[in-house]
Amino acid sequence: MKTLKITDMASVIRSKNSGPYELTFDIIFKDRANFQLAGSSGIFTNKLFAGLYGIKTESVLNVVEFEQANAIKATIVRPVVSGSPGDSDVYGAQQHAPLLDIEVPVNMTAVGK
Amino acid sequence: MRRSPHAIAVDAGSSDPGPYYLGAGIPFTGRSAVKRDLELMLEAAVVHKIPLIIGSAGGSGGEPHLKRDVDLIMEIAREKQLHFKMAVIHAEADREMIRASLRQNKIQPLGPVPCLTEKDLDDAVRIVGQMGIEPIVGALEAGAQVIAAGRAYDPSVFAAPAIRLGFEPGPAIHLGKILECGAIASTPGSGSDCLLGRIGAGYFEVETLNPARVCTVTSVAAHTLYEKADPLFLPLPGGCLDLRRTKFEQAAENRVRVTGSVFIPAEKYTVKLEGVRRAGCRTVAIAGCRDPVMIREIDNVIETVRERTKDNFAGSGLEYSLNFIVYGKNGVMGPLEPVRAASPHELGIIIEATGDTQETADAICGFARSTMMHCSYPDRIATAGNLAFPFSPSEFRGGEIFYYNIYHLMETTDPFELFPMEIVDV
Repeated sequence: MKTLKITDMASVIRSKNSGPYELTFDIIFKDRANFQLAGSSGIFTNKLFAGLYGIKTESVLNVVEFEQANAIKATIVRPVVSGSPGDSDVYGAQQHAPLLDIEVPVNMTAVGK
Repeated sequence: MRRSPHAIAVDAGSSDPGPYYLGAGIPFTGRSAVKRDLELMLEAAVVHKIPLIIGSAGGSGGEPHLKRDVDLIMEIAREKQLHFKMAVIHAEADREMIRASLRQNKIQPLGPVPCLTEKDLDDAVRIVGQMGIEPIVGALEAGAQVIAAGRAYDPSVFAAPAIRLGFEPGPAIHLGKILECGAIASTPGSGSDCLLGRIGAGYFEVETLNPARVCTVTSVAAHTLYEKADPLFLPLPGGCLDLRRTKFEQAAENRVRVTGSVFIPAEKYTVKLEGVRRAGCRTVAIAGCRDPVMIREIDNVIETVRERTKDNFAGSGLEYSLNFIVYGKNGVMGPLEPVRAASPHELGIIIEATGDTQETADAICGFARSTMMHCSYPDRIATAGNLAFPFSPSEFRGGEIFYYNIYHLMETTDPFELFPMEIVDV
């Protein structure tokens, strides 16, 4: 099965606090076609995000699709509360890099329609 | 102003800059920058006889933050000879009222947060409640032209004038959610520009005023997810915004129309509480390292410095913590960093010491810095010093530090209870 690089499919990949206790990731795809390819790949699960960040699956609070924005969103428990001892990113704005390496398996019959 | 808006509103707050500003009572925005913005807005509002609504004044929305902005408003009014009726809505919560609610089991953690204890309440140096839309509608009802509100739910300052005029809360609140960060919801995004919102029956529209930017379906829909855990259900004081059937359409080149957003009232009205405790003082040292052997041995070096510091201050009775942030290794992501075997050619190192007093933090940081500079490690060949300090002094006092200890929801029967209002004739 062929894979596509997430950086070729998405125009925005970012992280940010959702309050001081949670970290939320947004992947906004370039268009509906890429969003649908990503959705149908089935890889965007709690397990994917747990693996990318080396955390327990239970620490991934949700993975949600937001079709109106062609976006997939995931939220995790912050390993350290914003501004507490050991925190290194108070705004949570630089925690997205592992997402840039995602490769999305695509069924070729679904591409190029 | 040529577009004749019915209100000017600004959400001045955020918990993003972290716990310090709430604890220290210091705004995270500069006085002169805020004065410049307030002057523009205040004069426009008074001249055009429309309300100016400021939410989470001074950033964290506690008493000192609110006072800074109220003082600025008074100062501008004096300088420009402006006269108006002002409502000041306070948001710093009464500890004993919260304690009574806690004892009645009416306070729950908001997300992955420990349960609230009475000790947390005693430890907290400042607690704010996040007001909903009702107190701001109340201030408009009272005839206030300028409203300075303490900590407020971000969209409420935009939603309140629309709701007061009878528009549905769903589109009004969603409109507020888009407008709260200004032109960040446009493309190219910017936090230093504003947007114009317009509400009608069952819909709202947002558009850019700066011709260099446009609101697109993507930019507006994307902002709906910004800083929220769940894009389909956005909880807020007194209910939840349901966006499952929301539709975004391009209405004009720079304008987006949004329909289908619904407000679902909650069974119980809840107010978010935010509080911080004081946690001593901080001193940091900043250094770099370019030696390949030291870079290879950095974990051992840090361990050595920790142990020497512990030994040295063992009998002193000082309470401290020592933390190392190593840029080039895992300085940005810490425990979340997946790259374990990086081999950088240089490292940036921050030595952070905290203690119950500034002197303690200084002493620990100074000792750790000098130990790290001169300590030995396996295969060391550069024996003159292990660190490159970019500055003299190499240490900096970070002052008081605060940590979040309250992030909870409190049930209340009255949306106004925690938020007393006063009316001032300016």
